[in-house]
Amino acid sequence: MTVAIDRATGRRSGDRAPRPGRMQRLKHSYQKYWYAYAMIAPVVVVLGGLVLYPLVRGFYLTFTDANSLNSARTIGVNHIDATYKFIGLDNYKDILWGPTSYDRFWSHFIWTIAWTVICVALHYCVGLGLALLLNQKLRGRTFYRLILVLPWAVPTFVTVFGWRFMLADGGIIDSMLHAVHLPSPAWLEDTFWQRFAAIMVNTWCGVPFMMVSLLGGLQSIDATLYEAAEMDGANKWQQFRFVTLPGLRSVSSTVVLLGIIWTFNQFAVIFLLFGSTAPDAQILVTWAYYLGFGQQPRDFAQSAAYGMLLLAILIVFTSFYRRWLNRNDQQLAI
Amino acid sequence: MSTTTLQTPPADQATRTDASPRPARGRGRRSLAGSLASHGILIVASLVALFPIAWLVFLSLGPGEDDYLHPGRIWHTMTFGNYSFVLQHTNFFEWMKSSLIVSLGTTVIGVMVAATTGYAVSRMRFPGYKKFMWVLLVTQMFPIAVLIVPMYQILSDLQLIDSYFGLILVYCSTAVPYSAWLLKGYFDTIPFEIDEAGRVDGLSPFGTFFRLILPLAKPGLAVAAFYNFITAFGEVAFASTFMLDDSKYTFAVGLQSFVSEHDAQRNLMAATAVLVAIPVSAFFYLVQKNLVTGLTAGGTKG
Repeated sequence: MTVAIDRATGRRSGDRAPRPGRMQRLKHSYQKYWYAYAMIAPVVVVLGGLVLYPLVRGFYLTFTDANSLNSARTIGVNHIDATYKFIGLDNYKDILWGPTSYDRFWSHFIWTIAWTVICVALHYCVGLGLALLLNQKLRGRTFYRLILVLPWAVPTFVTVFGWRFMLADGGIIDSMLHAVHLPSPAWLEDTFWQRFAAIMVNTWCGVPFMMVSLLGGLQSIDATLYEAAEMDGANKWQQFRFVTLPGLRSVSSTVVLLGIIWTFNQFAVIFLLFGSTAPDAQILVTWAYYLGFGQQPRDFAQSAAYGMLLLAILIVFTSFYRRWLNRNDQQLAI
Repeated sequence: MSTTTLQTPPADQATRTDASPRPARGRGRRSLAGSLASHGILIVASLVALFPIAWLVFLSLGPGEDDYLHPGRIWHTMTFGNYSFVLQHTNFFEWMKSSLIVSLGTTVIGVMVAATTGYAVSRMRFPGYKKFMWVLLVTQMFPIAVLIVPMYQILSDLQLIDSYFGLILVYCSTAVPYSAWLLKGYFDTIPFEIDEAGRVDGLSPFGTFFRLILPLAKPGLAVAAFYNFITAFGEVAFASTFMLDDSKYTFAVGLQSFVSEHDAQRNLMAATAVLVAIPVSAFFYLVQKNLVTGLTAGGTKG
């Protein structure tokens, strides 16, 4: 499908004369590809300035002991120069196996993994279930669909506050539980219930995206496959297992990857639900933010180091995921 | 329905559909129980989806700050007072201005910068193509924690903290690569023959892009623009950190300020939330269908 634009003029690689010198090759490739490079230039410039430069600078910060007390800053008209110094890998060492590293890093790490797995699993299963229901010939299908998309349509920072009102002490959820004689847990105080509430809210926010994407996938499955399966005597479960699931495979692998990345990086839900009041319910992203901006003095170096670790985790995970997909002869749709 | 099911479903079918939340796709005639169960589950799910938002709307009508604890009171004292108070005595319009400037700025810059790139990676193969795509993919999954600290320092150096332009720049770091991906997906769906026709008729690659492809890609551009808008509008972390002056808050920050200040004005907060949510969701519903196609049907073939 994707053919080089100058395929009409392009010589096949076999016809080429002996390999030209380096300069000549550069010149040749410049002549041949200059417009491609000119077209990607704006993005390259923007990424270089807005992503690469901060990334390098942040990477350097992780090797220093920068915090808000020794960084360069301007107070009124006085400018104070930065006085932080280079301390090598100490930040990483301290985070990964320094004293109390379990409380500071590993407990958050484990919780982040659990959070990601549980949330994405719930998103996917609930989303798939609803998509299957919506894919039937059903009266009022469009209406259901419109309502079910609502959590996605309303901005997260609005809905999370709605949930906060509901989960507050004596709020509507407590009253409901009370009405059916169940004990009302301390949603926003006790660690377990904080985590439970966070997963609940995030699931509520994330299901519509999965549902809509999977519904799109379901609708693109050829109906004749089901007919054939029926003719061969497959029951509903077998049709689901051997027609629906394989048909959804490419959509699934994409939305699951997106879901994992988004959930792993989910900031708004936890930050807005708890602020900085719930140290144990913070996932790594919000915890890194807390280190850098939620406390005094702000610990820039450690926060940046957390950021680098997070990025490393994501990159390693994504490359394994892609390799695993490639081995199963699948392509990622993003 | 043209298909008649030759094989009648086994008797246990109906009961299984009852219990399972995902009855397999039924094309033939379904049993009454199965269809009732589907409706039941969908109604429950819709209620769950609707309730928190409906509750927010309901609370926004109550005049007292603690009405969220005593919802019963609201029925008797229902009023639009919160709304008029928010519109008249808070920074609502200032926040709206900030939100719109920042989101629209990100939208425009993001799409304009990304458009040619999306086309280039859709149609051309050049040395470094794979690496470039990989970079675009990786920048999309940057956790905010990676960039927020160095960005903060850089923007302080440039005196751009607490300025709209600074925030737009920050948002562009994610909006640009994402738009490039989305647009590549859309350009891939435009037949290559159109390019060829343009080339044969003597257009340069840039001419082909600007005069032939760009007009055809308007829906794709709209989806990318909309996506940028929604992301920038709802972003919390950077906006909370970089905007210090409460007249420059975006909505995402402004809403928090109702509670974190001296007292918790939850009724006003709920009213503001509703006022923000209505236009954004309306807008969302208009373009929602295209958005999903754009997000998942990118397709990296070859």
